[in-house]
Amino acid sequence: MDLTFSARETAFREELRAWLSDNRPAQEPAEGGEDAHYAWRRDWQRRLYDAGWAAPAWPVEYGGRGASLTESAIYFEELGRARVPLPANVLGLLLGGPTLMVWGSEAQKERYLAPILSAEEIWCQGFSEPDAGSDLASLKTRAVKDGAEWVVTGQKVWTSGAQYAKWCMLVARTDGDVPKHKGLTYFLMDMEQDAVQIRPLRQITGEAEFNELFIEQARIPEENVVGGEGNGWRVALTTLMNERAGLGFALQVRLRQLLDDTIAVARERGLLENALYADALAELHIRCESIRLLAWKGLTDVERYGQPGPEGSLVKWLWSDTNQRLTQLAAEIVGPAALTAGTSWSYELLRARGNTIEGGTTEVLKNIVAERVLGLPRLKAVP
Amino acid sequence: MDFGLSDDQREIQRTARELLAERARPERVREHAEAGRLDDGLWRELCELGWPGIAIAERYGGQGLGRVELSILCEELGRSLAPVALLPSVLASGAIELAGSEEQCARLLPALASGETIGALGTAGDGVAELVVGAPAAGLLVLVEDGAARVLTRAQIEIEPCESIDPTRPAGRVSAPAGAGEALRGDVAGGIDRALVAISSELVGVCDRALAMTVAYVKERKQFGVPVGSYQAVSHRCAQMLLDTEKARATTAFASWAADADPERLGEAAAMAKAASSEAGVDVTASAIQAHGGIGFTWEADVHWLYKRALVDSALLGGARTQRVRLAALLA
Repeated sequence: MDLTFSARETAFREELRAWLSDNRPAQEPAEGGEDAHYAWRRDWQRRLYDAGWAAPAWPVEYGGRGASLTESAIYFEELGRARVPLPANVLGLLLGGPTLMVWGSEAQKERYLAPILSAEEIWCQGFSEPDAGSDLASLKTRAVKDGAEWVVTGQKVWTSGAQYAKWCMLVARTDGDVPKHKGLTYFLMDMEQDAVQIRPLRQITGEAEFNELFIEQARIPEENVVGGEGNGWRVALTTLMNERAGLGFALQVRLRQLLDDTIAVARERGLLENALYADALAELHIRCESIRLLAWKGLTDVERYGQPGPEGSLVKWLWSDTNQRLTQLAAEIVGPAALTAGTSWSYELLRARGNTIEGGTTEVLKNIVAERVLGLPRLKAVP
Repeated sequence: MDFGLSDDQREIQRTARELLAERARPERVREHAEAGRLDDGLWRELCELGWPGIAIAERYGGQGLGRVELSILCEELGRSLAPVALLPSVLASGAIELAGSEEQCARLLPALASGETIGALGTAGDGVAELVVGAPAAGLLVLVEDGAARVLTRAQIEIEPCESIDPTRPAGRVSAPAGAGEALRGDVAGGIDRALVAISSELVGVCDRALAMTVAYVKERKQFGVPVGSYQAVSHRCAQMLLDTEKARATTAFASWAADADPERLGEAAAMAKAASSEAGVDVTASAIQAHGGIGFTWEADVHWLYKRALVDSALLGGARTQRVRLAALLA
């Protein structure tokens, strides 16, 4: 057991920390809405890219630094710590690129990877559908072969960044006659065609991070199939497995900062001497530290022993629940500002409700833990 | 960063688990618990293996290994509920090693390290400590009162046995006259922190066993034609038990490591570990009783021993709220 970082890892952290302190993102635009905000994050990614910091986990041959899992986690911890935004093309960098590295042809890697890294081409993810959320494999969007092209019709939902995206990681049904996991194919769909209509999905915070996609006979050339026809489920799993690997560390640091900010307000208002507040804040402190320890344990066990423990699902479950508790407690401590629309406190409070739903609902995570970690009998699905 | 055990540590864990699975079978634990006595034969075996002195320095007759190794043993003892007074004894020896003078350590520790003398540690008010685990068997007592600690021999104190709800480890009410015994003038708080880590480790073992028993039971037990573990009301409870156990395990691992490698962070780490493991201990074992249904409430089923051990361990040296109050002071 050694809960310290190696000299190499520490050097990596220090180099990045120094770079981040010398290279701040431009002032966050106060006006111009989401478009201006997105442009600002895109600009930030270009600066990261120019310095070789857009995707350190990517292999050197594709423009990354070949960073280890630990270094990649350090990268996200440091972005969180420096309170800078994530790169605009986060889905391309974390999901699309790594999926292509596993399943893509040489021609696909050649064509797509570089523009992901430089934020020239933004990626979005077309997996969920109105009737296929947790039960993703029951998705209904269809692709039918027409000569050298596929013709796609259907509807996708929860597509973040769709309005800025050039490419969509799309999973569609290409064979309706085989069991549901088997008839899927993974495509790269060009978003710049009239057959794809985007409608923003306004969420409880009032903003629209996500969109609905209405796809009516969109055309995808056959060379844009990833991993082969009928292999979409396996390719999609690769994408999903990458979903939380690094991002979790940025979220966990964000949680820590929010707790520290909350404690600072509590201190200012003399609430730390109140046993009830002190108890609740100490409990959140323990939860934050547990999340940090469990996340690092999960990651380093994979790195050192090649064996993931049960931590992955547990960390996401514990983090989402903790963020909700924290933001609700913060509302009590901060008072009216947390209940006033447009403040960061009220934003965090409302946004946290999504945490136990996005990226695997807590209920599904509990099923995963029960079935795959504890080996409990599977609940019989309704046929 | 590496949360894994070294090869030597794994070997200690494997040996302990195998030995206790053989020598502290549930029926033997039950037999001793119902008779309200410790298992002297098992204690002698553990002493021959050097367990009581595993974390005591070699110059005081111990094995000179670390707190991580001690935590491994405590976890296995918690898992098996072995009726021995190893935990109380290491609480006392840990406090003496940290807070005692060189002379005191040299004089008091060898008998604790060999297991010839059993130690116990209690927190007193006006010279009286209630429900001191291991006291009836103890030849030497560390009493902590208002942050000051003193060591007392059997002859200097009065011990009245009291019936602990956890009969796998008898407890007693200890009273000591003012001024009796010898003061420990060193790092008493550091000794208490190490004690918290050892108790937390035992609780992790208790949780792990309760979860394993529960998972095995709900896979077997059928109602309405299916194993009850296929109902989400039951399986999600089991998932919660795992989450609580893993939280306790992670914070306890960090505290065990800090005790050896980063003592400056031990105070905070020990408070976190004891808070998480105290809460997990009670919640997980209570869930185990619930998931066992009616049988879980009977004396016949073994889950109640785990619940009782968890209740007593959780309270030892302060439960979750006590630890959180302490953490809150650190945050302030």
